[in-house]
Amino acid sequence: MAEKILFELVSPARLLVSSPVEMVVVPGAEGDFGALPRHTPMITSVRPGVLDVHDGGKVSSRIFVSGGFAEVTEDRVTVLAEEAIPLAELSRETATARLLAAKQALADAKGDVDRAAAEWQFEVATAMDAAAQ
Amino acid sequence: MPSLKDLRLRISSVKSTRKITSAMKMVAASKLRRAQTAAESARPFAERMERMLGTLAGSLAGQSGSPPMLAGNGSDAVHLIVMVSADRGLCGGFNSSIVRSVRHLAGTLLAEGRTVRIMPVGRKGREQIKRDYGGQLIEGFEQLGRKGVAFSEADAVARRIANMFAAGEFDVCTVVYNRFKSAISQEVTRQQLIPFPASPQTGAADAAGKAVYEFEPGEERILAHLLPRNLAIQMFRALLESQASEQGARMTAMDNATRNAGDMLGRLTLQYNRSRQAQITKELIEIISGAEAL
Repeated sequence: MAEKILFELVSPARLLVSSPVEMVVVPGAEGDFGALPRHTPMITSVRPGVLDVHDGGKVSSRIFVSGGFAEVTEDRVTVLAEEAIPLAELSRETATARLLAAKQALADAKGDVDRAAAEWQFEVATAMDAAAQ
Repeated sequence: MPSLKDLRLRISSVKSTRKITSAMKMVAASKLRRAQTAAESARPFAERMERMLGTLAGSLAGQSGSPPMLAGNGSDAVHLIVMVSADRGLCGGFNSSIVRSVRHLAGTLLAEGRTVRIMPVGRKGREQIKRDYGGQLIEGFEQLGRKGVAFSEADAVARRIANMFAAGEFDVCTVVYNRFKSAISQEVTRQQLIPFPASPQTGAADAAGKAVYEFEPGEERILAHLLPRNLAIQMFRALLESQASEQGARMTAMDNATRNAGDMLGRLTLQYNRSRQAQITKELIEIISGAEAL
């Protein structure tokens, strides 16, 4: 498998990854998809979950993303994540603490906008907790 | 002719001023490095976001029923100007150039018969614009990014703007901020946030049929998510750029001030030594002529 696809992972703060890889499995809003070279161009939203980078015939890194967007072209996958943490750096304690905080915030939320934001945070925290386990 | 004592006092006061300005310069320089890195590392995200949104906007162009945040709400009567300035002064023309640009923009819009609202971000800008456009001012934000700009802060500003837009409080939103070019030069930038300006180059690429994208789940759904995100990202970028510019401007201003203080010190010391010598000579003449008279 000589052909590679350029994988870029960007968070608002910085460019996290930019390297050619064999395949990226992205948790899309309507199901996970694997992006290989010469994939159909598409734009999709990303749900909170774990993103797998395949390189050298195995999973080379697993990264938790808290949702965002992905743009796939024939030779490039760009993931715009709001937050991205390599799974190895994600500790179970912080994830659980965040889940509890999100639960609390959801219970306290008033008004539609706040509630929607809290619900989203809760969803992210749940996914993070699941990923950390 | 100031007395020797007066001169001594002035010299010591100029000396301590120089010490302060040079310390402020050092602080600004170290903050600048951090702010500059932050601003530069935020650029890729904002650029890719814009590219993606441009693609989406291109594929939706000409269709009816696209979201108002993208296409506008068909009116341009009320303008919201978000003015990003600093909380503190002593940074050369940083705040004034922002205020000048906002004043100019507001003046033009008012002359065209539009309604203008100004949302100040940063204390200094608000203080300066209050005199001329106090009636247009609405509640703004202060003390953002004291320990480096956090995304949550930009998000709060963006959410406020989005809520105001949803409530129909304005039709067009422009952000005015200083874009960081280098430590000695900043560029006042006006960027239209709402409605999203479709950039001509992405439109051209789509017209050539180069990229035909699939959308999952549907253009509208993605746009509904992407537009508020984009607002926050662009705001974040504006705050970061402004922060870096502020430190750059302050560093330059303080460098100049330190140099001026040094020059002044040289002149004062020269004057002090001259008058000291003149006094000694005068005293000697008095003693000698006194001795000769005997």
